[in-house]
Amino acid sequence: MNTIFAASVPGRRAWTVNSQAPRATDMLPAGLLRANPPRLPQCSELDVVRHYTRLSQMNYHVDANFYPLGSCTMKYNPKFMEYVAQLPGFARLHPLLAQLDGRAAQGALHVLYEIEQLLCELTGMKAFTLQPMAGANGEFTGVTLMAAYHKAKGRQRNIMLIPDAAHGTNPASASLAGFTVVNLESRDGMVNPEAVAKAVQEHGEQVAGLMMTCPNTLGLMETQLPRIVEALRAVDALLYYDGANMNAIMGKMRVGDAGFDVVHLNVHKTFGTPHGGGGPGAGPVGVSEKLLPFLPLPRVRRMEDGTFALIEDAPQSVGHIGPFYGSFGVIIKALAYILRLGGEGLTRASEHAVLNANYLKKRLEDVLEIPFKERHCAHEFVASAPDGLRALDIAKALLERGIHAPTVYFPLIVHECLMPEPTETESKQTLDSFVQAMRDIVDTGRTNPEALHEAPTRLPVRRLDETSAARHMVLTEDMS
Amino acid sequence: MPYIPHTPDEVQEMLAVIGVRSVEDLFADIPANMRSRQLDLPKGRSESAVCAHLEQLAAQNRVDGISFLGAGYYAHDIPKAVDALAGRSEFYTAYTPYQAECSQGTLQAIFEFQTAVSRLVELDCANASVYDGGTALFEAAMMAVRIAKRRTLVVDEAVNPFWRAMLATYTANLDIEIRTVGQRDGVSDKDALMAAVDEHCAAVIVQNPNFFGVVDDYSPIFERARGCKALGIISVYPVLQSVLKTPGEMGADVAVAEGQSLGQPLSFGGPYLGLMACRKEHVRQFPGRIVGRSTDVEGKTGYVLTLQAREQHIRRAKATSNICSNQALCALRALLHMALLGPEGLMRTAENNMALTRYAVKRLTALPGVSLCNSAPYGSEVALRLPLPAATLVQAAMAQGVLPGYPLGKTYAGMEHVLLLSCTEVNDHGQVDRLAETLGGLL
Repeated sequence: MNTIFAASVPGRRAWTVNSQAPRATDMLPAGLLRANPPRLPQCSELDVVRHYTRLSQMNYHVDANFYPLGSCTMKYNPKFMEYVAQLPGFARLHPLLAQLDGRAAQGALHVLYEIEQLLCELTGMKAFTLQPMAGANGEFTGVTLMAAYHKAKGRQRNIMLIPDAAHGTNPASASLAGFTVVNLESRDGMVNPEAVAKAVQEHGEQVAGLMMTCPNTLGLMETQLPRIVEALRAVDALLYYDGANMNAIMGKMRVGDAGFDVVHLNVHKTFGTPHGGGGPGAGPVGVSEKLLPFLPLPRVRRMEDGTFALIEDAPQSVGHIGPFYGSFGVIIKALAYILRLGGEGLTRASEHAVLNANYLKKRLEDVLEIPFKERHCAHEFVASAPDGLRALDIAKALLERGIHAPTVYFPLIVHECLMPEPTETESKQTLDSFVQAMRDIVDTGRTNPEALHEAPTRLPVRRLDETSAARHMVLTEDMS
Repeated sequence: MPYIPHTPDEVQEMLAVIGVRSVEDLFADIPANMRSRQLDLPKGRSESAVCAHLEQLAAQNRVDGISFLGAGYYAHDIPKAVDALAGRSEFYTAYTPYQAECSQGTLQAIFEFQTAVSRLVELDCANASVYDGGTALFEAAMMAVRIAKRRTLVVDEAVNPFWRAMLATYTANLDIEIRTVGQRDGVSDKDALMAAVDEHCAAVIVQNPNFFGVVDDYSPIFERARGCKALGIISVYPVLQSVLKTPGEMGADVAVAEGQSLGQPLSFGGPYLGLMACRKEHVRQFPGRIVGRSTDVEGKTGYVLTLQAREQHIRRAKATSNICSNQALCALRALLHMALLGPEGLMRTAENNMALTRYAVKRLTALPGVSLCNSAPYGSEVALRLPLPAATLVQAAMAQGVLPGYPLGKTYAGMEHVLLLSCTEVNDHGQVDRLAETLGGLL
């Protein structure tokens, strides 16, 4: 399909500004002005509406397609959440207003305070900062807090332990915060407590902490967690909880009680806020008592008279992670979701997420190669493409059938990996039809592998040449 | 239970297939001493009860007064078609376009966004956006650190102070030196910037208009940077960029911006998006997602995520950034905003706002003791010196329903008497008159 720039007709307009203002040349010296107007599209409103409506129809999305993308928790996004975020009292509120006169933004500060309390109870942490603007930003915040903790104790700790099955953002975030990453090899699909003990023995006083995803990226609960906590505590190293898989444990395990010192949550995963085609998300970070003094500024406090105030006075704080108070528009949706479900509803969400994943895993046992079959999985599981088939071909064949593919080729330690995460909002009928589709695809692959290589054939495009895209780099309409 | 489809019978059938008696059995792997007690959270509420609660909180925020508050974040008119199109669930309930064949809508929109951003700043290419303007500034600085293989950054003090605070946090553990070059009465000190750029620095970072609203031409500084094999980084205000000399024309290497002014509601600080554009030779040091044009097996044009070898899911600890997502829906809104306004709409908006700011300056400087903080050219925001502390005046005026702007003493020591005032198309001459009358009564 042509781009919006191709639809541009010189002189056509969708938007008019009724203004008697002079031109810029009458207000500023020519040397400060651009030589040519920006080459943006010149379209009517209908041109624009039709173009983007058509584009939208080229997307698979949760509202129309089963989207079992592992590690991403593509649950249904309740519609009322869009409404509350768009309330003018929130949408039109300037972030600096609260810093000029807190009375003018009491409702917004109340939102921040209320969700912080709810997240603390849900996770067992002492406090939360809502400032991080996404999961990876939360990770960076978390490891920065860990660095500040050790620094305040007057010690140089530059090593972060990270399991080989971790999301790539973990080592990247640790590295961005100045840590050297030491990789931990998994055993039996879990973090090996002996590898942790060995790393602690080897690096001892240099170990700042360990970043864990629990249940891990293979969809398995870490049964050796108590031993791992103990090994780290022995050298006052800190334990980081990557909340990517929080949807598996709400009401079942509180990470604060389990011994974690810092946690980030992905509200777009756990609390049903929309993924937006890749963002915006939000990545609140919770901490244990030890890390309280280092939280980013500002913090929201409830005063004795019941009003809310911003607090900037915290000498040990790491400073500012974002410009203001985080992805507020996303945080409101998460608050609405938590209030709608309540404690029981959140617990039920995790129960059904785990139920759906185990049902799907069981039913696929004779279709795919499933490692760790003897164990129950959490909210997702991993499988290998069977009989020499490729995970990529299976993924594309699923697209052909109107189903978004599971995550493929992650974690890296599983051969030809497919990682489905059904989430709690999908019905048994949807899961059954997924199993049937998978069975058909694998049967086809066994008898006629060529047919799988061909897929998809009925979507807006067929398989695209990614190698030439990287080599020739056409990144805008003007590069070619 | 809301949003859960299973009937009790279905749950029993599913448990039987799995071979367990209860859902609780599926959680048996959680170590016994780590099991949660029952959560002490409120009971779930009806949709209408939750909406009522949040409507009541929203109503406690004061958004109906007259406001001239900007400081890098601006109230603009947003075409309703932006909401309608970005509100299509085909866009907002999809995720990162990993599977290109079923994500061409998102991918092509990002490609168009990259094109629009590149054309706005006149640099070769743009990425798919990062979290916000401050993140973009930090990521641009890190690009320079990698490209120049140096660890000193020269930063103009007139760059957005909220972002400079972020830069300090983000670089605190990275052995990076930040040389801040002081401004004078809100004007960037170009001589001092020139002097600070040497062969040890990775980049020089400036902003246009700067935080005080001053419009300048940084070409000589970027030329000096090039001579020292350092990068020139500039932060811009997208609306005014439609008329101002471009980063490309000035010879900058990387341009960044807070994209809020393009179609995003203020929403108490987020979500926003950071725009990043650069010269082609630096593209492999870009953070975050980038979309490229390609062809499918039949030669048909399509779009894919590209240059992924930079990214965390492949490079892990050696990635160019830890950023995983982009702000796709915000980027879509920015693109829609630009497509609906077009070049003329954006330029006329900029000109309208600059003209209104000039009218405000005329009205306010006629008041006793009020003067321009400097004599430099300005855009749609301006620093005014007052005969009393700006914070005091702001408080008093707010009590009368008018917010005159941002008291600069909050972020710049010694500028307690300076007010930063911004005009956009949501203001008009009548509002400026009301502001002048209010301040006239208070001074």
